[in-house]
Amino acid sequence: MKVELSVNGGQRTVDIEPRKTLIDCLRDDFGLTGSHAGCEHGICGACTVLLDGEPARSCLIFAVQADGYEITTIEGVAPAPGELSVIQDAFCETHGMQCGFCTPGMVMTATAFLKRNPQPTRADIVEAISGNICRCTGYGQIVEAITLAADRLARANMPRGDQG
Amino acid sequence: MSTASDRLRYVSSTRRVREDRRFVVGKGRYAADVDVKNALDVALVPSPHPAARIVSVNADVALAMPGVHYILTGDELAAATNPLMNGLDTPEVRRYPLAVKQARYVGEWVVAAVADSRARAEDAAECIEVDYDPLPFVIDAESALQPDAPIVHPSHGSNTLLDRTFVWGDVEGDFAQSPRQLSFRVVWGRSATVPIETFGVTAVWDPWREMLDVWASIQMPKYADQIARAMRLPANSVRVHYDVDVGGSYGVKRGIKHTILCGYLARRLGRPIRLIEDRLENMRAGDAHGPDRLFDVSVAFDNDGIVRAMKMCALDNVGAYAGRAPFQLGKPIGAIVGPYKIRSVQYRAQSVTTNKAVQEAVRGFGQSPTNYAIETAIDKVATVIGLDRIEVRRRNFIRKEEFPYLIPSGTRYDSGDYHTVVDKVLAHADWTALQAERDQLRRDGLLAGIGIAACLEPSGGNSTFEPLLNPKNNTSTWMESCRIHVDALGDIVTTVHTTSSGQGHETLVATVIGEVLEIEPDLIRVVRPDSLESMPSNSPVGSRMAIMLGGAAYHAAQKLKQRLIRIGAHQFDVGEDAVVYSNGGVATADGGRRLAWVDFVNIAHRNWHLLPPNTEPGLETNHVYQVPTGGTLPTPDGRVQMYPCHSFEFHVVLIAIDPDLGKPVIRRYVIGHDCGTVINPHIVKGMTLGGIAHGIGAALLEEFAYDDQGQMITQTFMDYLLPSSCEVPEVEIVHHCTPSPFTVLGQKGSGECGYLGAPAAISSAVNDALRPLGISVAKLPIRISALGDAIAAARRSHNP
Amino acid sequence: MKPVPFDYVRPGSLEEACALLAEDADARVIAGGQSLVPMLAMRLARPARLVDILRLSELSGIRNGDSRIVIGATTRQATAEAHPLIVGKVPLLKIVMPWIGHAATRARGTVGGSIAHADPSAEIPLVAATLEAEIVVQDVHGQSVIAASEFFVGPMVAAIPLGALVREIRMPVWTQPRIGTGFHEVNARHSDFAFVCAAAQVGLDDQGRCTACAVGVGGLGEYPIALKEAAAVLIATTLDEAAITDAVEAAMAKVDVFGDLHASADYRRRVGGVLARRALIDARRSALDAAQ
Repeated sequence: MKVELSVNGGQRTVDIEPRKTLIDCLRDDFGLTGSHAGCEHGICGACTVLLDGEPARSCLIFAVQADGYEITTIEGVAPAPGELSVIQDAFCETHGMQCGFCTPGMVMTATAFLKRNPQPTRADIVEAISGNICRCTGYGQIVEAITLAADRLARANMPRGDQG
Repeated sequence: MSTASDRLRYVSSTRRVREDRRFVVGKGRYAADVDVKNALDVALVPSPHPAARIVSVNADVALAMPGVHYILTGDELAAATNPLMNGLDTPEVRRYPLAVKQARYVGEWVVAAVADSRARAEDAAECIEVDYDPLPFVIDAESALQPDAPIVHPSHGSNTLLDRTFVWGDVEGDFAQSPRQLSFRVVWGRSATVPIETFGVTAVWDPWREMLDVWASIQMPKYADQIARAMRLPANSVRVHYDVDVGGSYGVKRGIKHTILCGYLARRLGRPIRLIEDRLENMRAGDAHGPDRLFDVSVAFDNDGIVRAMKMCALDNVGAYAGRAPFQLGKPIGAIVGPYKIRSVQYRAQSVTTNKAVQEAVRGFGQSPTNYAIETAIDKVATVIGLDRIEVRRRNFIRKEEFPYLIPSGTRYDSGDYHTVVDKVLAHADWTALQAERDQLRRDGLLAGIGIAACLEPSGGNSTFEPLLNPKNNTSTWMESCRIHVDALGDIVTTVHTTSSGQGHETLVATVIGEVLEIEPDLIRVVRPDSLESMPSNSPVGSRMAIMLGGAAYHAAQKLKQRLIRIGAHQFDVGEDAVVYSNGGVATADGGRRLAWVDFVNIAHRNWHLLPPNTEPGLETNHVYQVPTGGTLPTPDGRVQMYPCHSFEFHVVLIAIDPDLGKPVIRRYVIGHDCGTVINPHIVKGMTLGGIAHGIGAALLEEFAYDDQGQMITQTFMDYLLPSSCEVPEVEIVHHCTPSPFTVLGQKGSGECGYLGAPAAISSAVNDALRPLGISVAKLPIRISALGDAIAAARRSHNP
Repeated sequence: MKPVPFDYVRPGSLEEACALLAEDADARVIAGGQSLVPMLAMRLARPARLVDILRLSELSGIRNGDSRIVIGATTRQATAEAHPLIVGKVPLLKIVMPWIGHAATRARGTVGGSIAHADPSAEIPLVAATLEAEIVVQDVHGQSVIAASEFFVGPMVAAIPLGALVREIRMPVWTQPRIGTGFHEVNARHSDFAFVCAAAQVGLDDQGRCTACAVGVGGLGEYPIALKEAAAVLIATTLDEAAITDAVEAAMAKVDVFGDLHASADYRRRVGGVLARRALIDARRSALDAAQ
């Protein structure tokens, strides 16, 4: 079955079985292996992508259902080759990862979250990432990364003197 | 020898972990990302019975389905391969990747289907008809020891893989002379560190080169060797690619049966073969379960709370096959008395088979369950005598000036200052205020308790538990290697000879080499040669890599530095002790003449006429590093030096429980941590917090539960509950540093930190909370329902 | 964990969707997929065809009905959470929403999907049972209305006739001057399915006497249940704690409960009662606060 998907700003058409999930289509057919399949039953969040800017578990969507949305994967986050988004850089600054397997899903969730809630409390952050399981970090440095990113995003458009 | 941290330039600085950069953009290269063209996928047919004879396999329907290439049975695979290696001397306990003639646990892989895609392989697997003749089965370890128990491997004769009692010191005498004793049982439920990435492997066989190429999500010592042995190949026909990122392992990614299965199919079918476990295959049959253990413990002590002697029986249910799991009873022998000056110990290690899934290796390799048993003993001593639990620990701790300290089982602990760590933690936590907080929670109607745990993290690895538990094994070498190559343009490349699963080894090795050479670590490129190009390694196990890779890198860098000093001295026509090395250059002592890095590169690569005699051209050095303090074999009574280094952790946890609900909530978590010199603080902090999260899971949430029909109930993440960000509190870490005298920079390991003490601390807190009701818990995980029911029963008996 | 092969069709109208369901007994409806897709992945659900109704405009949206709020089946949970008609008129649904799954699953999962999935410990079915909602199902022959108490018939079993789909859920709107709500659940982790959960809504008159009461418990057994007798007994009381305790205890003694790995039957019965009591106490307090 043919479907046309809009991924990271580009249109891609693919002919696949209806039972193929979006995560498998992204990885196998589009070579976008940055999103990961950790459980295939919608709990771990490693497959998280954005649909129209909202986090979604791509293992719970069939590719044939995913037309008509703007799909953003981790490959669509960095502003240019060799560069990092503010959020990605913050994750590197605080070492908000170890093995990196949950990280793309975490970054997608964080990216959507900080747009919606640019001045979160720690409790807000903890709640926001509660659907992304990490087995390496115990979450502490991930929360620090998102806190740092929120701060840096807030300061990004401030005149130097106002940055405190 | 240790190095004073105030002279360190890169070691201990909070530099970024370089691996993070590729992970954060989704450019990690995991096993499932390795794109080998033309590969076929495998799916497995699981046994529905805990024990059954395999009568027949009918794959006619499956083979006729589109895209299905092959159906493999256990009989065919067993005829063509050698059984997987056991650690113990148990030759009649044979394990192959697929069940042979008999299935021995629910979920065991019985038949493999190979197809164009994973989906089609699963379709085929569903249509394979297997006819079973169910057999009697046994699930519980104590039942497996009964004379009438079904025997999982009949030709082995019993379900006992190991039953050995060690006696170190005059245990009976110490018990007889001690005024007091107590005994108890605790149960460590079966759980594991369950990474988010399942195990995956791709195998390719080239019959013209006679080479098996393997890419896998692996953390396994001697992996390439085991593949070669099982597949009856020379080891230099097996090439394992280490430039694969592993999505978490924490011990469990052993994957040897997956690899043999794919390796055989690759040779048989002449196509690349890929197996990426799905979550069901992983949970039921991935051979990645952890210790499943009963501890019966007795301690002999005096009225001041000094514990003189301990008897411990550890009965472990390894499941249906042996592998390396029984060694998880042996490694804790290297820290069998914990941080305490217990004089004599009797330790009975029993490993039994049952019809459960297979246990392999989990973070700590048995140390965390053992710490849970030891810490429970100390808490009970305190309760019985009426002393503060921390005071009892202080009285029993080995003192700072007593290191290196020889424990009864033959290991010398390297260094530590347990009293100071405790002082620091209590000061940070404000012990008085914490107790007041607990008391206020109690006045508010909650059950509330403070948990304490003081534990060691033996680190550095050393496989002496192998010869200890298997007299036919005389391995005393446990090494790691590093190679440094400075190219003709002066750029530095170094090597890691294993896969990593998030420990930051590339950052580690560059930092250490940068420190020795006084060169910015970010300029050092780190590569991972494959197993044929690699020098010896033993994988990141046993919290060893900071010590071992750090040590190998340090010595390789020192050799390079010495070479430059030698070349420089030769240019200046002075003795080597008359020149000074700094920042990649060498100068005369008076500073009058100096050669820079670029000069050495030129001389070494291009100016043979300027090299000192007997100097190889180029700038290549390497070092193969034996584990410090290692190299000895056990004595006949089972004494041996286990690991070289011993990090220390001290946990203080405040837990509140709504008595009507029975749900423990962690209100505060403080950990004191001493792992000697810290090479990268970000990495150590991550290990500590991650280890505590694993410990919270083991203590409160996670269990591979079996019903009495031998069915595993917890097959998915709906029932096997992993801690989310809501279940892990904000942890406060208090640092201390007692360097190790045995390592190059004073570093100890920290890969298992937090996990080794958190379950003990949480159990301690829950029991402190339950104390006013006169009940306690003695099993992990502590389930909300069991706790709630126990509280309700206690309240009823107090208010009939 | 790949599903069995199936066809996929996206009908352009509700009528077309019903026709597809009528002609193929092995066809299943899919909307948000948050409950269904895991079942497909585990091959517990094995449809020959998926009929995707997620984008049918006839099935989405929230509107004012006749003393009810009507929620189209494909309304996203996240949409319902923030919708003024829910916030203002179905406060019990509003307060349970943050407990359902995670933001990512609420963005995609639908109200109708949760109702149709009929998990005994799920929050939306509990609210439907507690408030005595009506579920409207539709097939080629037309619509029929099923009371919540008859809709949930077993664990994951809803009385949706063969060939029918859930069209909308009608939540009763209470008109008492002071309305309060309470909700509690116990689970091992935040946002897991509850071991047991309880929801309550009360209406008070100006003297603080209870003029309307609804309380329900989920996670006990086969489906969420409204404790109607307990609710009836509490009418005309001031919802003092003793009255609540007695009413809940009497009701809980009679319900069927089951035990499993996560919670014993004793636990569910006992804690179900604790949570029902707390939910009623919270509902009373929030009704009194609302009046200020």
